[in-house]
Amino acid sequence: MYAQLVKSDALKSREEMSPEEQAFQERIDNGEKIEPKDWMPEGYRKTLIRQIGQHAHSEIVGQLPEGNWITRAPTLERKAILLAKVQDEAGHGLYLYSAAETLGVSRDELFEALHSGKMKYSSIFNYPTLNWADMGAVGWLVDGAAIMNQVPLQRTSFGPYSRAMIRICKEESFHQRQGYSIMMKMAFGTPEQKEMAQDSLNRFWFPALMMFGPSDKDSVHSAQSMAWKIKMNTNDELRQKFVNETVPQAEYLGLTVPDETLAWNEEKQGYDFAEPDWNEFFEVIKGNGPCNRERLEARVKAWDDGEWFRDGLNAFAEKAAARRLAASVAAE
Amino acid sequence: MSDQIAASGAPQDPFVSDAALKPAFFEWLCRMGDNALVLGHRTSEWCGHGPVLEEDIALANTALDLIGHTQMWLGLAGEVEDEGRDADKLAYLRDAFKFRNVLLVELPKGDMAVTVMREFLFDAYHHLLLSWLAENSNSPRVAEIAAKALKEVSYHLERASDLVVRLGDGTPESHRRMQDALDLLWPYTGEMFEGDALDTAVAEAGIAPQPEDLKADWEASVQEILDEATLKAPETAGFFHKGGKQGRHTEHLGYILAEMQFLQRAYPGASW
Amino acid sequence: MSKKEWPLWEVFISGQHGLNHRHVGSLHAPDAEMAINHARDVYTRRKEGVSIWVVPSKEITASSPSEKGPLFDPAESKTYRHPTFFDIPEEVGKM
Repeated sequence: MYAQLVKSDALKSREEMSPEEQAFQERIDNGEKIEPKDWMPEGYRKTLIRQIGQHAHSEIVGQLPEGNWITRAPTLERKAILLAKVQDEAGHGLYLYSAAETLGVSRDELFEALHSGKMKYSSIFNYPTLNWADMGAVGWLVDGAAIMNQVPLQRTSFGPYSRAMIRICKEESFHQRQGYSIMMKMAFGTPEQKEMAQDSLNRFWFPALMMFGPSDKDSVHSAQSMAWKIKMNTNDELRQKFVNETVPQAEYLGLTVPDETLAWNEEKQGYDFAEPDWNEFFEVIKGNGPCNRERLEARVKAWDDGEWFRDGLNAFAEKAAARRLAASVAAE
Repeated sequence: MSDQIAASGAPQDPFVSDAALKPAFFEWLCRMGDNALVLGHRTSEWCGHGPVLEEDIALANTALDLIGHTQMWLGLAGEVEDEGRDADKLAYLRDAFKFRNVLLVELPKGDMAVTVMREFLFDAYHHLLLSWLAENSNSPRVAEIAAKALKEVSYHLERASDLVVRLGDGTPESHRRMQDALDLLWPYTGEMFEGDALDTAVAEAGIAPQPEDLKADWEASVQEILDEATLKAPETAGFFHKGGKQGRHTEHLGYILAEMQFLQRAYPGASW
Repeated sequence: MSKKEWPLWEVFISGQHGLNHRHVGSLHAPDAEMAINHARDVYTRRKEGVSIWVVPSKEITASSPSEKGPLFDPAESKTYRHPTFFDIPEEVGKM
């Protein structure tokens, strides 16, 4: 997902918990929201910072692959829609950084951790967008996968995170649909357009499946995160749900999912499908994906080039405050 | 889609089918639309690369507004021309020498100083022009579009003026960058106020003002902000760059169009 | 190189004239005027507001969670403050 490999603590049993931890766990079990000033286990706080931070980073790095096509969008309306969507992602990053900030970490610190490679973002954004149909595939598959995770996260136990997710889900409802609408235009368009659509599905299918993170059997410490209700479903559950919903959508478009083993399994009422190449996934996470270097460079450049701008505005605000103070002193 | 909506509920406007005025009116509308299109394009280049998230979002809002204005102006231009070209066809299928924007808006986005300063210099003009059109234009369609655009441009101007003052009077570095941007852009501002025969024809019909008539107010309002920003407009001794309004552009526009029009050119007739 | 982050602001927006301002989120800005502009750009992208308040986050005083009992419990017993506390016969009509 947007937060794929979040290190968490090992699950504690009731007996291992302090009385405070037990009371905390009870509140979560009762469906209560935890607010920033409430007592919380250090592990909960740290895991949340990692997870919300990773999610926020994914939103702003996620601006880049789609931003790549804003100046090349084929009509004025498509340009406006794409720009509005990529702008929404900046907004979502902002909401999430704000949620993380309530846990006592600053946005600048989170940026620094992103820029130094200490914190990660979703592997999906390290894949290139190579033709216009990719704007369709990203909306349809990538936003589609993200929504699967974000909808349940609206019920997450941490109040500010939950509220950010509610706002994000509300705004994001149009993202997947606009992607699919591009896909329809392409798949039902000229032969070349259909070819672009198929090419795009071929490239994005497995990276989209990777968004849900490694298989449950290899997923570290997700039990504790689930007990804390900061992870709501297992990776494999969501991946299966995604495949079940997406395959008929691909069929409607007349496109072929690039998986020869794909088959309906009557017994489990779901599709059997091939696992993505997990070696590739771990390589991408390590920094060896097709666009890791460009994505990070673009973020660092934007930040470094913007420093004088942020400092200039700070300096003016300080001067203006000093002038106001001097004026009020003089008036007295 | 939005230009169709504008057309369906639009007021009656005799100028739209005025054969004698058509060539001048069409070109004038292209000037309005192309300024918005090209400046919107440049502004949209910041998306994902802004200096801080809040500014990234604000710049995208500005670009979105300008794309909206483009749809309205070029949509009306297509109606006036009456040869089956809509806003998209005009935006995506004209070559550089058919574009009518001023040179100022096509210069590369530069750093944030150039972006902010250009927005300010253009908005100060854009705001005056739209205010005049919304209040005085004899063309109800022009007045209607101007009134819609004016609301957004009022905010653009307020925001840009504020940033010019703050960055001009910020740190030594922000001051230097803003002064450099002003020096770079100033020689491109004169074009906005130089009318030609086409402007005269549209002005005589009472559709738009003579560009020269806006100059004094523009200078006064720009000077006020520059003073507050501790910035100084360079002496140009009357010289300025021009030609965009007549289709003679800088080398930059060709690259903007190569990028913007790529899909429409590579796959003619496809629907997107 | 300076390391100073713009201060954090809490944003409150009223969606319609006459309605309460509601907390919608936070943002960074160098001062109050810019915080208002940023709030307009960030939190009213879908025409959500007619009026904006911004408050420096550090100026917010919040009730501490341990006081939750004493602060809020008394109101729970004052159910007579709610209209449904009173049974009014139906024949009296809407009240």
